[in-house]
Amino acid sequence: MPSDLVHLFMRIDHLPHIWCPGCGNGTIMRDVAVAIEELIDDPEVSLNRENVVIVSGIGCSSRAAGYLDFNSIHTTHGRAIAFATGIKLANPKLNVIVLTGDGDCSAIGGNHLIHAARRNLGLTVIAFNNDIYGMTGGQYSPTTPNGDRATTAPYGNVDRPFDIANLATGAGASFAARGDIYHVRETIDIIKEAILHKGFSLVDVYSICPTYYGRKNKKGDAVEMLRWQRDHLIPTARYYHMPEAERADKKLIGILSYNDYPEYTEEYAKVIERARGGNKGGAR
Amino acid sequence: MKNRFEMRFTGSGGQGVILASVIFAEAAVVKGLHAVQSQAYGPEARGGSSKAECIISRDTIWFSKVQQNDFLLALTQNALDKYAPELAEDGVVMIDESLSAPAFLDSERVVSVPILRCARETVGKTITANIVAVGAINELFGLFDEETLREAVSRHIPAGTEDLNFRALSAGKALIGSELRDRYLVEREN
Amino acid sequence: MSKAVLMQGNEAVVEGAIAAGARFFAGYPITPSTEIAEQSALRLPQVGGTFIQMEDELASVAAVLGASAAGVKSFTATSGPGFSLMQENIGYGAMAEIPCVIVDVQRAGPSTGLATSPSQGDYMQARWGTHGDHPVIALSPSSVLEAYRLTVRAFNLSEKYRTPVILLMDEIVGHMREGVTLPNPNELIINSRKMSFHDGANKQCYYVPEGQYVPAMKPFGRGERYNITGLAHDISGFPTNDNAVAGAGIKRLLDKIEKNADDIIRTEEYLLDDAETAIVCFGGTKRAAMDAIEALRARGEKVGLFRPVTVWPFPEKQLREKCAQVKRLIVVEHNHGQMLLQVQRAATDTQRVDFLGRIDGTVITPDEIVATFEGKEDMTHAQ
Repeated sequence: MPSDLVHLFMRIDHLPHIWCPGCGNGTIMRDVAVAIEELIDDPEVSLNRENVVIVSGIGCSSRAAGYLDFNSIHTTHGRAIAFATGIKLANPKLNVIVLTGDGDCSAIGGNHLIHAARRNLGLTVIAFNNDIYGMTGGQYSPTTPNGDRATTAPYGNVDRPFDIANLATGAGASFAARGDIYHVRETIDIIKEAILHKGFSLVDVYSICPTYYGRKNKKGDAVEMLRWQRDHLIPTARYYHMPEAERADKKLIGILSYNDYPEYTEEYAKVIERARGGNKGGAR
Repeated sequence: MKNRFEMRFTGSGGQGVILASVIFAEAAVVKGLHAVQSQAYGPEARGGSSKAECIISRDTIWFSKVQQNDFLLALTQNALDKYAPELAEDGVVMIDESLSAPAFLDSERVVSVPILRCARETVGKTITANIVAVGAINELFGLFDEETLREAVSRHIPAGTEDLNFRALSAGKALIGSELRDRYLVEREN
Repeated sequence: MSKAVLMQGNEAVVEGAIAAGARFFAGYPITPSTEIAEQSALRLPQVGGTFIQMEDELASVAAVLGASAAGVKSFTATSGPGFSLMQENIGYGAMAEIPCVIVDVQRAGPSTGLATSPSQGDYMQARWGTHGDHPVIALSPSSVLEAYRLTVRAFNLSEKYRTPVILLMDEIVGHMREGVTLPNPNELIINSRKMSFHDGANKQCYYVPEGQYVPAMKPFGRGERYNITGLAHDISGFPTNDNAVAGAGIKRLLDKIEKNADDIIRTEEYLLDDAETAIVCFGGTKRAAMDAIEALRARGEKVGLFRPVTVWPFPEKQLREKCAQVKRLIVVEHNHGQMLLQVQRAATDTQRVDFLGRIDGTVITPDEIVATFEGKEDMTHAQ
């Protein structure tokens, strides 16, 4: 029996999903659904099923758009954020959520990520970051750690990896955060914050790919990979109470950067006002 | 004016020769004539030599590029040397006084006027050289009445610069003496 | 707007787009199309629309498709290299059936080529640029006023057939200024996409009644939830791996244009009634052809003009009908013989097809067309 959440927010006709057993993507998709559910229930927030748009690119992660029962658009590889830019500008009232992968948003779509961050356009980007190209069978991505194996790095990966949340911060994102699939409650709360944030927000959610990345790199099964997340990815409250030395091999789960920059569509509304000589009449 | 008048405006990037060509095309449109304007783009329009064209005709203009160059404005020696050989047999060239006309051009076809000096000294702004040239060219051939030309200029300059540009037009007009005007005037509108 | 004004071809495109109801432009600067972006940045906010300069051309088409899906008529403009970059998402627009207009002010290539020089070398790319079999409509103007009118028509066809439409301009027309008297926008016929609101969430958003080809569009993000994808999909809009369903879906996309070719195709003919020779050309090349025809007619030569205004789908039937009595077709284009291939396919066995092309970035002159008529010019003289 599917849970209420699945009934309410997923397209049951299109389930089960295509993801492998142990894949972390289902957890992230559920996190997004729960975050939306809790926001819809919140009377302070004007979020409803009809004003949420899910935009995805290409890759394992991007199939999530088809499973979530909202307005959904499954676009081309790397371009989800660019499609989302058009959707948001055409109708700034929409809550536009981009579901993307590490390759989708930081390799082929890296340019769109940094520019959307720079503009501070009110999009929420959730990166399903599993350190590998899963859909095509295990090639290294921009987040594959140096030295790790992939089908295209049979002797070990020479590339140095991106930290996607730091990349977004560097590009001027007004909200950048990190989540994972072990700390579910924390990650849901971070996603809620990201959706509520007026400007551009990015949540880099560490997923797992036991099938390709895990197997190639002898990381064990899904449970083993989750244990690694438990021990190495530390929520904010605990992280800052850790002695410096203990943090060395650990990463923070939480909000990494937050700023109150002006949001793009609000700024452009002022452009329209100026172009019309201050005349505020006329609908957009 | 001839039934079809093909003009070229040349100089270096930044001298405003493109605007000069646009003003004549606009003036023609104001008068209900046919006009086509085009220009060379690219690196050569950014500091190197610059070329713009304007064809004015009583009939429909199809081919949009100059073939029988009736008139050439040259504000630099490079532009003059490059485009003078393409002048039509009876074509006329207006050059700034600082340039020397190539020997193959009959002196009757060369009108040398102090465009740059006039802009600098009389009008007081070098940047108005193109508008000075427009005033001079218009007077030389008797192309358009004052009001039409001012209307055409007004459509293409920043608001608030009308006075300056109209002074430049008048200063350019004054560069053409009656002797020159009578030599080249083909037909005066109005 | 009854007064004649001097206007550039690129500017006229923006005025046409606004008249057609476009309120969104996303683009990236590239010569010789940049004035369309500049003018859009100035004009769109004046009418409550939105301009955005994107980070590249891939993003430009993506944003245009996103905005159009969300209900706003949208367009972009580019040239040469940028048109190459746009191809993938043009295919997405065709597959997902999202209306939009893509203006390509062609320049001489390949690669960076002659960045500011005229060309018509994207003729085949406009047809086959994106991968896979896909529907295409492309229109090519020959004057500033026609740039305006065809922009309006590009939006109309795009909305009517739910497909990206390419306005295939060339530098000759894009950068040329002419005196134009624009029509009163209130007197134009403006088509907007057919919408369907009635069938609730997730219900057959690509459903097409028997005998029709274009599904009504559901408003995206305005009350009805559905899915859009570039994957082969069934009428629900969700991906399918059923080959029969996928094949039928793509066939409908192709039929949508092919079966409506008569509605989409427009051609221009000049003095063809008694013509023994027809000059066949498109876009700005017409201007030299008209002077050449006048010169040849003055000498008593029976020469006329056939011009595809709709360049894709190619007006094969119209060429055969209008040029039935013509003995000789001279194809003139600023490329190495692209539309030539289409004309050769359409010509009868007894019709001679000659060619004048240009790939060096200069403009073909009327004299050169006359010389080709006289047989003095090589087939392609700009080797």
